[in-house]
Amino acid sequence: MIPGPFEYHRPASLAEATGLLAELGDDAHVLAGGHSLIPMMKLRMAAPEHLIDLQDIAELKGITREGSEIVIGAMTTQHDLIASDELAQAVPLIREAALQIADPQVRYLGTIGGNVANGDPGNDMPGLMQCLNATFELDGPNGNRHVAARDFYQGAFVTARGDDEILSRIRIPVPAPGHGFAYEKLKRKIGDYATAAAAVLLTVSGGRCDSASVAMTNLSDTPVFAAEAGAALAGSDLGGAATDAAVAAMLAAIDPAEDNRGPVAFKKHVAGVILKRAIARATKRANERAA
Amino acid sequence: MAKMHVKMTVNGKPVEALAEPRTLLIHFLREEMCLTGPHIGCDTTHCGACTVDLDGKSVKSCTIFVGQANGAEITTIEGIANADGSLHVLQEMFREHHGLQCGFCTPGMIVRAHRLLAENPDPTEAEVRMGISGNLCRCTGYQNIVKAILAAAATLNAEKEAAE
Amino acid sequence: MNEQTPPATERAEKLKGLGCARKRVEDARFIQGKGNYVDDIKMPGMLFGDFVRSPYAHARVVSVDKAAALALPGVVAVLTAADLEPLNLHWMPTLAGDKQMVLADGKVLFQGQEVAFVVAEDRYIAADAVELVEVEYEELPVVTDPFKALDPDAPVLREDIADQKEGAHGPRRHPNHIFTWEQGDEAATNAVLAGAAQSENAVVVEEMIQYHRCHPCPLETCGCVASMDKVNGKLTVWGTFQAPHAVRTIASLISGIAEHNIRIVSPDIGGGFGTKVGVYPGYICAIVASIVTGVPVKWVEDRIENLIATAFARDYWMQGKIAATKDGKITGLWCHTTADHGAFDACADPSKFPAGFMNICTGSYDIPTAWLAVDGVYTNKAPGGVAYRCSFRVTEASYFIERMIDILAIKLDMDPVELRMKNFIRKDQFPYQSALGWEYDSGDYHTAMEKVLKAVDYDGLRREQAARVEAFKRGETRKLMGIGVSHFTEIVGAGPVKNCDILGLGMFDSCAIRIHPTGSVTARLGTISQGQGHATTFAQILASEIGIPADDITVEEGDTDTAPYGLGTYGSRSTPVAGAAAAMAGRKIRAKAQMIAAWLLEVHDDDLEWDVDRFVVKGAPERFKTMTELAFAAYNQAVPGLEPGLEAVSYYDPPNMTFPFGAYISVMDIDVDTGEVEIRRFYALDDCGTRINPMIIEGQVHGGLTEAVAIVLGQEIAYDEDGNVMTGTLMDFFLPTAVEAPHYETDHTTTPSPHHPIGAKGVGESPNVGGVSCLANAVNDAFRAFGHVHAQMPHDHWRVWKIAEGLGLHG
Repeated sequence: MIPGPFEYHRPASLAEATGLLAELGDDAHVLAGGHSLIPMMKLRMAAPEHLIDLQDIAELKGITREGSEIVIGAMTTQHDLIASDELAQAVPLIREAALQIADPQVRYLGTIGGNVANGDPGNDMPGLMQCLNATFELDGPNGNRHVAARDFYQGAFVTARGDDEILSRIRIPVPAPGHGFAYEKLKRKIGDYATAAAAVLLTVSGGRCDSASVAMTNLSDTPVFAAEAGAALAGSDLGGAATDAAVAAMLAAIDPAEDNRGPVAFKKHVAGVILKRAIARATKRANERAA
Repeated sequence: MAKMHVKMTVNGKPVEALAEPRTLLIHFLREEMCLTGPHIGCDTTHCGACTVDLDGKSVKSCTIFVGQANGAEITTIEGIANADGSLHVLQEMFREHHGLQCGFCTPGMIVRAHRLLAENPDPTEAEVRMGISGNLCRCTGYQNIVKAILAAAATLNAEKEAAE
Repeated sequence: MNEQTPPATERAEKLKGLGCARKRVEDARFIQGKGNYVDDIKMPGMLFGDFVRSPYAHARVVSVDKAAALALPGVVAVLTAADLEPLNLHWMPTLAGDKQMVLADGKVLFQGQEVAFVVAEDRYIAADAVELVEVEYEELPVVTDPFKALDPDAPVLREDIADQKEGAHGPRRHPNHIFTWEQGDEAATNAVLAGAAQSENAVVVEEMIQYHRCHPCPLETCGCVASMDKVNGKLTVWGTFQAPHAVRTIASLISGIAEHNIRIVSPDIGGGFGTKVGVYPGYICAIVASIVTGVPVKWVEDRIENLIATAFARDYWMQGKIAATKDGKITGLWCHTTADHGAFDACADPSKFPAGFMNICTGSYDIPTAWLAVDGVYTNKAPGGVAYRCSFRVTEASYFIERMIDILAIKLDMDPVELRMKNFIRKDQFPYQSALGWEYDSGDYHTAMEKVLKAVDYDGLRREQAARVEAFKRGETRKLMGIGVSHFTEIVGAGPVKNCDILGLGMFDSCAIRIHPTGSVTARLGTISQGQGHATTFAQILASEIGIPADDITVEEGDTDTAPYGLGTYGSRSTPVAGAAAAMAGRKIRAKAQMIAAWLLEVHDDDLEWDVDRFVVKGAPERFKTMTELAFAAYNQAVPGLEPGLEAVSYYDPPNMTFPFGAYISVMDIDVDTGEVEIRRFYALDDCGTRINPMIIEGQVHGGLTEAVAIVLGQEIAYDEDGNVMTGTLMDFFLPTAVEAPHYETDHTTTPSPHHPIGAKGVGESPNVGGVSCLANAVNDAFRAFGHVHAQMPHDHWRVWKIAEGLGLHG
């Protein structure tokens, strides 16, 4: 319940923050919303000696439209994501997923940056970002670089981010108007991590699927962007055969572990069920929005 | 470990103290400020018994370090009553509708309900249940808590209409 | 009466007595955050205690190195068993006649067991010091299966009693065996079963019914502040105690401090549900630390500690056999239970009942012949178990019989309601002597069940269910509908001193009332509310007895310096026992008041009659004395033969237990592909006899049903094979939020208890008893049409999915 001691820093700019990280090295950790890190510290499973609180850094906030992209500052909270009408218009998948994360209090402080950066396979945003083909901006002593969400996750709590880098922004290509979307999450209770979750984005024209993107959550030690599942849907009529093919492809891509939520056979089965529901809902939406 | 200087506003009063950076806000409020309304019910940020209002947000004070709250405006259950000292409608409705038994979840529940009604002054039952999904109760089964919150909303809305 | 006297009904209403939905007096402080719970207590110089706990389920403790911890500034002491041994406090007696280590004495027996107690200036330093204590362990083989624990070559867990062939409850047949408890007629029951098995006109069903390990998990964890005043030799302990007087007596016996020099105070308690009945090592260590340091010491556990180390509940493996005629008349019931008690038998039962009241397992049914045997077993798990929102083992017994009835119904191809109605104890059979030794006081089961069936349109639900099965088979839906029925009979209100005691302390309870000259009242009881609203409801009982408004009666509990001796609050005993004491004390008050009135009115006692709040002269109604007038008179008049003052105390030894009952029906829709269970409807009819406060009863039912929802749909204290707790935080220990909790409909019938002064039976735990059976029956019922008979709880997603998978429903 009681964390170990540390020194607290609250830089006013991104440059100051990355400077601190570089100076303090391994002993330092950034603090975003704190709702992944602080629980770990209270259990003494994490014990950074320095915390760098990012809450005052203006350049890490905000949701803006830049051409064909939506750019979200890493310190944007789940609550802000849900409240943004612009985001709900352009990328409604995000609000749908954010509403299924944790509970109201956690959503007030938990950030999108924190949710995508720490590599926790249970988090909802990483798979979502892969589905959306988002790009993460990383700022460090060597400047700014971009890494695709689909290339970012390497293992449980292992990502492409260097220890001296801060994930500063998330760039999301705005999906085509009228696209279909769904975030379907099976969970033991509201606010729990997913037993299995599927993010689906697709576009439809003339009764056929033009493009499809599928990502699965908490079914492996990283989020799983199931490229073959999307490929199975693209060009199809989104009927039973195509859906079955997508599920089969998805099952080949995931590698769930047994835990309190259930054994592997169960997880594989519900992963398929959840994906089918997500595809069905995304299709329905695409058809409704086209009409 | 050296202590840090913190300043914040709690229930309308300015507060200044020295605290270890690792001090959790819940402990700062309960031990330093002697505000024992918010409670500790778990250690994994689930139960919500520690809920306070911070800069217009419902937050779990067990998962915030005191430095993060530097400069913030915080309201606990002790600051929920009306300015003239009379009970807030939510407090009255919790009593009217038997929305509490052991009382341990009640401070966090009322402070959360207060912010919920600010977010959504006319919630449906489903919206109330979602809205308090971060606050656990073991005694009431939630039914009368939901009733109390809906009753408070109705009363507040009627008062607002009457004033207009 | 005179023209100014309001009518009786109006005067009764003003009293807010029995039957009034009186708003709670407790609420004022809780809604303002002004409750006073243990962790709110601050005292000058107070130190904090925290435990070093074992990560292993079974290991020798080779060494404990305190040096680094003691070197940390602000650390005052680090206690181990060696420090407690000279005081003979390294072990303590349990409530079940066993003994339990306070701190690890040579070995540890469950993950999370207390090894050392750190005392420091604040809780942050204490937490740091805990990390610095170095313990060397030597792992030993772990036993988590209670059946394997009785294998001839199983590792011996309790080396301290390995040679003892006699336990507290009789002979032990294995080092890991605790007791065998039997009730009923084994030979006759076996004969009935054998006969039924051979008969063409009878059936026998057999099933293993497991009630899995749960935990009461109140929102406030356990804790205490112990303060030894060395100057006047008095020990005061504030703590989360559901039985403060018992704690005082036990503390005196084990510490050697005279009982009159010990004061135990239970302040506001944030939920008990049975967790807070027993004595935990934290209390002992805090007391010792305070005695040693001379300053107050606070110990408050965190949630993980609470879940892994304080008393669990349930963990009963109940093998059942039931025989019946082909047309559904039950002829015999057989039950053998394996009870997993963890490392120490810390069960909070009356001492003569090592398996609590498991022998209520004939339930609501007229079963002529029955036999029950319970074997208690040690395993490498946390010690216990406690009565989690139930009377002792009543939840287990009720779940057992309600499942057996449903399973029998399947065998007989009968509707589960029809089978129940055929076998209910009839109203005219009460008081009813059960085959396992209880005399049930009163009941009207048929009326309760009929009322519920009508309210939910039971036949309509069954038709809907049948249609849904057909739709499912046609591929039109993937959701099956389950209808759960349960009719439970509880046994609460422990209990008569002749057979109910806790460590020798008879389970009576008490009420002391003092009426002040100006007509207001202070009453104190031996019970202690943890949210049940006693300050509100006991004032209502008294108001109706003595004719003084409840609003003028203050009820106090929990301070052993002032409250009369009682055995506390758990097992729904407060209303049956202390409530009775309140009524009896109130009647003593009224009897004295009657004599004062007679003298004042210059009539004979028998010339007066009681009218709500006054004594009236028979035949001369304009001549009366109100209770308020009589109160003053008691302090003001010299009544011949009477002492001044107006007070009374009653220590009530109940003649019997009470037997609340209820009929519950639930409806659920189950997604066979994901295992998701949605409770569509829950109708709960409770009969608790006389109803004191309908608003509070409804609240208790909502709360108990929600605990039942938790237990059935996933709550579990689960261990892996190495004795690691898999569900030690609220991440995995299922507590429903407002989203998972369904909407409840409550109803009632009223069948008073014939032996209780106001006919009340108690109700706080009925919903947890009936709710679990009802919901579990619904889950099993959903799959009945496909040949399913029984699946063990909990019915979380993957296990419900597994039922469907096993039945081939996933195509």
